[in-house]
Amino acid sequence: MKEMNFVQAVNEGIREEMRRDKSVFVVGEDSASGPLGLAAGLAEEFGRERVINAPLSEEGFVGTAVGAAAAGMRPIVDLSLFSFSYVAFDQIVSHAGKLRHMSGGQFKLPMVILGISGAMSGMAAQHAESPQAMFMNAPGLKIVMPTTPYDGKGLLKASIRDDNPVLFFQHSRVRGLKASIPEEDYVVPLGVAEIRRVGTDVTVVGIGGMVLLALAAAEEFAKEGISVEVIDPRTLVPLDKKTILDSVKKTNRLVILDDAPRTCGAAAEIAAVVVEDDDAFGYLDAPIQRVTREQVPVPFSRPMENFVIPDLNKVKAAIQKVMRKQKR
Amino acid sequence: MAVDQEKLVGLYTRMLLIRRFEERLLALQKAGELLSSPHTCIGQEAMAVGVCSNLRTNDYIISNHRGHGHLIAKGGDIKRILAEALGKKTGYCKGKGGMLHLANVELGYLASCGIVGGGLPLANGPALASKLRGTDQVTVCFFGDGAACEGTFHEALNLASIWKLPVIFVCENNMYAMTTPASYGISVKDVASRAAGYNMPGVVVDGQDLQAVSDTISEAIALARRGGGPSLIEGKTYRYMAHSGSDEFLAKGGYRTREEIEEWRRKDPVVNLEAMLIEMGALTKADATRIDDGVKAQIDEAVAYSRQSPLPAPEEALEDLFV
Repeated sequence: MKEMNFVQAVNEGIREEMRRDKSVFVVGEDSASGPLGLAAGLAEEFGRERVINAPLSEEGFVGTAVGAAAAGMRPIVDLSLFSFSYVAFDQIVSHAGKLRHMSGGQFKLPMVILGISGAMSGMAAQHAESPQAMFMNAPGLKIVMPTTPYDGKGLLKASIRDDNPVLFFQHSRVRGLKASIPEEDYVVPLGVAEIRRVGTDVTVVGIGGMVLLALAAAEEFAKEGISVEVIDPRTLVPLDKKTILDSVKKTNRLVILDDAPRTCGAAAEIAAVVVEDDDAFGYLDAPIQRVTREQVPVPFSRPMENFVIPDLNKVKAAIQKVMRKQKR
Repeated sequence: MAVDQEKLVGLYTRMLLIRRFEERLLALQKAGELLSSPHTCIGQEAMAVGVCSNLRTNDYIISNHRGHGHLIAKGGDIKRILAEALGKKTGYCKGKGGMLHLANVELGYLASCGIVGGGLPLANGPALASKLRGTDQVTVCFFGDGAACEGTFHEALNLASIWKLPVIFVCENNMYAMTTPASYGISVKDVASRAAGYNMPGVVVDGQDLQAVSDTISEAIALARRGGGPSLIEGKTYRYMAHSGSDEFLAKGGYRTREEIEEWRRKDPVVNLEAMLIEMGALTKADATRIDDGVKAQIDEAVAYSRQSPLPAPEEALEDLFV
């Protein structure tokens, strides 16, 4: 076992996969030369041919990775922030997501795109994006969002070994988390949610770093005798619908947390999954609550930023609201 | 350089096959059998054959929406291309891609991009793959004058240059991006002059001259194979038909003149190559007719095959997304 933070755990995962499989390579801005970050130290071991610095041309190097994947390699693209994914949106959505299907399945497209998402204090509008919903809507892209160092490493390895394009979101709130993790090889499978806290009165699904808010809220509500079940989906595509539906059938109440703008967000998708289920719909005792960002760009100044993004008070208020409603 | 007459006749036959195939697509469109309008390369055959005849089977191609000729020139089976155009299960892409998104991995033809300029960054991918694997495979990226103004063109050339990738960017400048002239849309006269901005060789070639195209691409391929990095080649060429479908726009007084089309017909790559082969004694007029009949018979067979092939089951739409 070794103590490390989320970023170090992901870095370990990349290192191990690069040792295991020669077709894995990394490309991104400052990937070879940056002392910190996900690719730190990798160029020293694998050389700058396999850990490639890219100049600022996201569409260019993402497209290069897509083509390399189609030609049999396993690229890892480090976009730094998912805020920069919009520049490469066409290559991600129209190429990575579609080329295999359009070809009638003639090749696999194994590639991982890494990026940070979520608000980070003072980063403001263009550096605080959480575009998971935009990519969930596009066919052909898998999306993972681990929240612990253990899952970070395990899901990263699983993503690299997956033969499909995987967008690997590191939510800003989880990157500093520390834990002891095994040194031997392990993977965390895609598409499996984790129940972080078992409860009976309300289900709270926390997307990415919002799981931490859910757990903090659960701790406080426990003192009042309210038992909160916290679900960490870990993967958004494919989504573990069964774990969420089973939980809602147990608790009858659902709150979904997403550090992203409200309209058409991942929380909206999960809410729809629940209400359209023939079985689970009947179990709801109260309307589903979403705790999301306000539908504005994230402002710079602290009081406004805090107003826009989800926080513990908003989560508690949402839980209180569903607990108050009684079925007629 | 001694001319291999037999080889030249073979290349001529391939060019004629492309031309007759494209003509048949237009006829099928007129008869209502095609699912969408074809983007034909009639007039551009010397580019496709001149380039692809110098490639090995395991060299890669990334093409664009006007890609049928490239695939045929690389050795593609016209039965499976036509079946794909009719949306049949037996098509190269099982009906999922259509004529616009042809692909055949066995021939190294990885993708046809419908997003103009989308293929340029992609082409750096297989080139990087060959470099990392230590093979001497090269990648050719076909694109048009329209793509030369997309951001992807600039990003891709810069990356290919700094990473010294074995990729050859081949611009088929047919003077028009749909109806917008290159003389208006492109800030320089020659797309190839942009190569200097990316520290790679840039060559302009007469795209209607098969031998010239072949000689130019051979040099670029050799450079790439020995680790000398990318090149940009611009073939000045022309399409007689519209961007897609047949040229009805002209009849309504569109973006180009009848005189211009006639001028380019006088430089027709297929007609002129036939004349040259006859003059050098490699072909007789009777041979040429026989070749044409053979090509037409091949296409008839492809049409029959495609018509008889089944459509995919509707639920097949859900297959081939994820591995």
